[in-house]
Amino acid sequence: MMYDFFVDLFGNTVIAGIASGILMSLLPLFLFILPYALFAVLAERKVSAHMQDRLGPMRIGWHGWNQTIADIIKLIQKEDIVASDTDKPLFNFAPVLVFAGSYAAFAAIPFSSYYIGSEVDLGIFYIIAVTGLVVAGILMAGWASNNKYSLLGSMRSVAQIVSYEIPTMLVVLSLVMVSETMSLHTLSEMQTGYFWNWYIFGGPGFSLTKFLLIPSMLIGFIIIYISTLAEVNRVPFDIPEAESELVAGYHTEYSGMKFAMFFLAEYANMYAVSAIVAALFFGGYQSPVGYLGNLLGVEWLIPIEQFLWFAAKGLFFVFVQMWLRWTLPRLRVDQLMAVSWKYLIPIAFVNLIVIGFITLI
Amino acid sequence: MINTKSSAIRTEEMVLNMGPQHPSTHGVLRLELALEGEIITKVTPHIGYLHRCFEKHCEAMTYPQIVPYTDRMDYLASMGNELGYAVAMEKLLGIEVPQRVEYIRVIMAELQRIASHLVALGTYGADIGAFTPFLYCFRDREKILHLFEITCGARLLYNYIWVGGLSHDLHPDFVRKTRDFIKEFKPTIKELNDILSYNKIFIDRTANVGILPVKTAINFGVSGPNLRASGIKWDIRKDDPYSVYSKFDFDIPVGKGTHGTVGDSWDRYFVRILEMEESLKIIEQALDQLPDGDVQSAIPKRIKPNAGHVYGRVENPRGELGYFIISDGSTTPYRVKVRAPSFVTLQILGELCKGYMIADVITILGSIDIVLGEIDR
Repeated sequence: MMYDFFVDLFGNTVIAGIASGILMSLLPLFLFILPYALFAVLAERKVSAHMQDRLGPMRIGWHGWNQTIADIIKLIQKEDIVASDTDKPLFNFAPVLVFAGSYAAFAAIPFSSYYIGSEVDLGIFYIIAVTGLVVAGILMAGWASNNKYSLLGSMRSVAQIVSYEIPTMLVVLSLVMVSETMSLHTLSEMQTGYFWNWYIFGGPGFSLTKFLLIPSMLIGFIIIYISTLAEVNRVPFDIPEAESELVAGYHTEYSGMKFAMFFLAEYANMYAVSAIVAALFFGGYQSPVGYLGNLLGVEWLIPIEQFLWFAAKGLFFVFVQMWLRWTLPRLRVDQLMAVSWKYLIPIAFVNLIVIGFITLI
Repeated sequence: MINTKSSAIRTEEMVLNMGPQHPSTHGVLRLELALEGEIITKVTPHIGYLHRCFEKHCEAMTYPQIVPYTDRMDYLASMGNELGYAVAMEKLLGIEVPQRVEYIRVIMAELQRIASHLVALGTYGADIGAFTPFLYCFRDREKILHLFEITCGARLLYNYIWVGGLSHDLHPDFVRKTRDFIKEFKPTIKELNDILSYNKIFIDRTANVGILPVKTAINFGVSGPNLRASGIKWDIRKDDPYSVYSKFDFDIPVGKGTHGTVGDSWDRYFVRILEMEESLKIIEQALDQLPDGDVQSAIPKRIKPNAGHVYGRVENPRGELGYFIISDGSTTPYRVKVRAPSFVTLQILGELCKGYMIADVITILGSIDIVLGEIDR
């Protein structure tokens, strides 16, 4: 698809092949995730600061916009401290695994109709599976650190992520039932047109089914948003790294670039789950109101617009995550489990059955 | 560890050291937690990391020299500490201080109570994971510290209330600025209630957690907001009035168990919110009635009390602060013993935490609001 885009642009298959190859492999990391993480870390600090009557970083660059870059440079320069009595291979491998798990999810996320890392038919299935690697990485980090706080944090984290994957998957399953596809790209294509074709508004077409689906879809959206919040360990579910209880949870013993990898993975994860929510319920990369490219008759503008729409939708949900983080207190471990097993899973299950009946009609 | 001799897997309690470097122990306190999974079986507090020999040191100093050192005990309520010392010393010396001094002392002590409670409430929110209310509280506390700063030049350790008087009279702007502060502060109490006190998650975390029964509280000698949260109306400002507290009209809020049981963490939290409102009432009345006069006229030139002893006590933000002073007739005290409310309160931690989870230890520790500077002295 990227290839087709470049063929359109350059009219030369060789240059298009090389250009698309390079872009395909590097775009998510260097053109999206890294700039996004730099932006999101700063945004988090700025959002929190303005919510709390503060200014946040102000010194480095205009309104502190260089702050994250300076922080990353500092983290690279820092000594890589590995405490004695740690399980060194696991200790060193854990951040890589966590980062790889959250980065790999981006491969199947459609950024625009022309750019999708790998158009696998089982896109959403693949994402859920590959983010499971994060769990292993966190458990490794907690175990290898040889620190009781880390161990408690990682055990909590694993219990939490595993519990909250179930409601997530039940909601995804209901979407798969309605749309009859597991590819996020196809899902996004189905929601083309205007915003009333989005699945949050019952999906494309005008039929009785669409209107019957709206309440179920709203419930589904709320459930998946809450459970993805828990999967990426954000407040009110930030129990694994509960700052005031467990110091920093599973990454207590990490410093320098290894810590930065956990940090980067957290922000990449935040975007990944937001992107999934956007792709499932909010039309993916589709514009809610039509394209400027169509209006002007400039074909190549459309994918770029789609990319911007997708980034904007994802960033909006990331912003909501930050908003919640700086507003709500934290739940306790047993309360967290109760939310998942007593409320979200039964509701999601009933919702799944209801959606199943509606699709049968 | 697996016992190789028998086939059964041996399990044992995990001992977790919380502190002295831990974000939520409110100072340098070490808690030795015995854990069964995440459930607490035993809590052993280890104190003394901040010990500065205050009581022994007093024996080497003249009476007025002790005042700055009292500041450093409960460093969040220095005005209260000074007031307690002044009350005890004036009782020993038999000094009558001018009315203006008493009124200013009351205003300062109540402002200090609000500032201290703001720290307690803010850090409590932060302990539970809500970081934003913490900064709101510190923003408002900063305004109080500014009032102290224009009065005596110091923000935390004032050396303001002297035996028999005050170090400075009020700044000309003080009354106006204090009234402005009261006007600004009233809506922020409501804001704090909206964002934290009545938050569903916050209530779930604190209600029915760490219930302190009245009997236990009395047996351990707990005082202050922690005792009142258990439902007992005991406040030295009302029950054994000192200074000019008997002239003001204010209520003693007690815990009602609104969201759980009487004496749970939420009650302890909310009693402090209500107390801030009562303190505002007292400050308003004191500002209205503030008499004129010289604040230094009653300060004795040389303090040399007759041999004897005295116990003076005041209601500090954390409870009953008492000074037991023995004089041998010289210019230095023979013995100064401080009854520190936080020290007493810390003793109930083990009782309160049993059977709860690690996260609840933080909740309970935050709710009893201790200051290590006072415990270790």
